Amino acid sequence: MPRVTFTANLQRHLDCSSLDAVGDSIAAVMADVFEQRPQMRSYIVDDQGQLRRHVNIFVDNAMIKDRKGLTDPVGADEEVFVFQALSGG
Amino acid sequence: MADFILAATRKGLFRLGMDGDPKPRCIGFLGDPVSAILQDEHDGAIYAALNLGHFGAKLHRSDDFGQTWQELPVPAYPPGEGEDAPSLNFIWTLAHGGLDQPKRLWAGTLPGGLFRSDDRGESWELVESLWNQPSRSEWFGGGYDQPGIHTVIVDDRGRVLVGISCGGVWISEDDGATWALGGKGLAADYMPPDRQDDPSIQDPHRLEICRDAPDTVWCQHHCGIFRSEDGGHSFVQINDVKPSGFGFAVAAHPSDPKTAWFVPAVKDECRVPVDGRFVVTRTRDGGASFETLSRGLPQAEAYDLVYRHALAVGAHGRSLVMGSTTGALWLSEDAGESWSLLSAHLPPVAQVCFADSP
Repeated sequence: MPRVTFTANLQRHLDCSSLDAVGDSIAAVMADVFEQRPQMRSYIVDDQGQLRRHVNIFVDNAMIKDRKGLTDPVGADEEVFVFQALSGG
Repeated sequence: MADFILAATRKGLFRLGMDGDPKPRCIGFLGDPVSAILQDEHDGAIYAALNLGHFGAKLHRSDDFGQTWQELPVPAYPPGEGEDAPSLNFIWTLAHGGLDQPKRLWAGTLPGGLFRSDDRGESWELVESLWNQPSRSEWFGGGYDQPGIHTVIVDDRGRVLVGISCGGVWISEDDGATWALGGKGLAADYMPPDRQDDPSIQDPHRLEICRDAPDTVWCQHHCGIFRSEDGGHSFVQINDVKPSGFGFAVAAHPSDPKTAWFVPAVKDECRVPVDGRFVVTRTRDGGASFETLSRGLPQAEAYDLVYRHALAVGAHGRSLVMGSTTGALWLSEDAGESWSLLSAHLPPVAQVCFADSP
């Protein structure tokens, strides 16, 4: 089962400890994450379900390629990282 | 007199006492941009909208004057198709309901949706009667890429007045069921000549009403200062305001419909005080003349700009507070005649208000 880890920057706002989630694609994994932690949804995707522009998702060491459909595959022994883009001041 | 000043800044929400202890204290969200604040006059609750750059717009409520905060749902746009489907950018203004609407909240947002809650922000619905106006297709951004609602005022008669940059002035006499496009007489010199008087594309930077004479509406517009005496349906431009008629903020006297305050900047393409002198202008005769008020304000090499929500007047028309983009906060307790600097080192200030402790 993929392990999902979040940027520590989210810790200021909500519980962002790592968790295991079911799914063989980013879309499926994140759906399970939001099922387990409903409050997290609006921090990761907008009200249209689109990945927020300044949020990046990696599968192991590779950034996902399909930011719109989140169809990138995820293996059972892979790790998913939810990071924030570097911006601001 | 109010007990406290609240200042929503780019890096947190601050509270300052009015009792001789004006030291700013952060009461929440340190490091996060606070885009709007509201103290609900019905129950004293404080609402704070955040614009987290990475993680979206958020809304919190405090029922204990900022000691603890509860996160609330944010307004959501209906599901749409494609990349351009409207999505909440941020909450630009919050307003509470009328005298007989103790749980009502309004939220003005980018990209131009007005939302309503009847349960203290626990749930929200898009006001489709405004969203579905055919002229919305003509709206465009002013200051941001998207159009936004920055003013929602509910007067004691229950009438709702809305200001949109750039979408004009809208008035509802029936609690938002139907809307009339006001703003006749506003003029937009950023448009082709034949469309400059089109009410649907005006950029009212901020609207304020006289509480006790709510048909008097003051408008600091992108292209100058305007005044209405019919509740915002039509306006008359006030010309030759010195040192400038350009600005963002306006404060209307709560009981004198002829008195209002403004904070001028040079012009659209140079948003700094004229000649480096930071001043407030005040009219007490309905705009026929203006006084330039500068006592206590920096009069050389000042670059402070006061955003549209960052000037507020107290309930009696004597106290005023304003915060600037360079993090200065001033208080006047004599209707603007003189000002005292409360802090020179806040983050950029988005909004100020007076607040009462429970």
